[in-house]
Amino acid sequence: MALPPLDDRSIVIGAHADDWRGAVTLAADALTNSGAAQPGYGREMIRMIEEHGPYVVIAPGLALAHARPGPLVVHDGLAIVTLAEGVRFGHPHNDPVRVVLGLAIADPGSHIAAVAALANVFNDSDAIEELAAASSAAEVRQILGMTP
Amino acid sequence: MKIVTICGAGIGSSGILKVNAERVLRKLDIEATVVAADIASLHDVVSDAQVILTSHEFVAAIGKTNASVVVIENYFDTEELTAKLHAALG
Repeated sequence: MALPPLDDRSIVIGAHADDWRGAVTLAADALTNSGAAQPGYGREMIRMIEEHGPYVVIAPGLALAHARPGPLVVHDGLAIVTLAEGVRFGHPHNDPVRVVLGLAIADPGSHIAAVAALANVFNDSDAIEELAAASSAAEVRQILGMTP
Repeated sequence: MKIVTICGAGIGSSGILKVNAERVLRKLDIEATVVAADIASLHDVVSDAQVILTSHEFVAAIGKTNASVVVIENYFDTEELTAKLHAALG
């Protein structure tokens, strides 16, 4: 299985966020706009970080914002927000964040295939820099290996 | 051998850690089952695990355990994973 589809509503380029909550909210809004999640999903993503800390910053410059599968997820979805200026999440090694991935998963049983596809992209250590510098949705999809 | 990856939701970050740990273990020719779980269900899965892979945020919550707790900084850096798994598994 490949990554969840990434239409133009799921890609936000060069956005401004005042803080990590703002950055996560941008990713949540993109998931909502594309129909993958209900509006309350963003609050859940923020709550995960409030509860557990900035562990979602899983690589230098990259946050994987997500909450649990549940009624606020409509279907599997991915959103990508690139930030014009880096935002600090409070992570000891991987701040500042330039790229926020928003992930909505409907079925935990099948989600490993989607994250395996993400790993295929980001195990290339240049991918985060390339995404941060991307200037169009088409370029983002190309970096993620999605053919138009 | 059993390895557990831990994050807040049991999906997403722990899933990525699972996928990359499996890739590294295959290269190291080590047979292991890798299970992704959330911190709340840690105790259901950890009793027979040798290694826990996680972020430093969860170390305190994991607490005392017989498994080696290995903190990963860059989930996509398979070299970091290789070195740390190699060290943990002796």
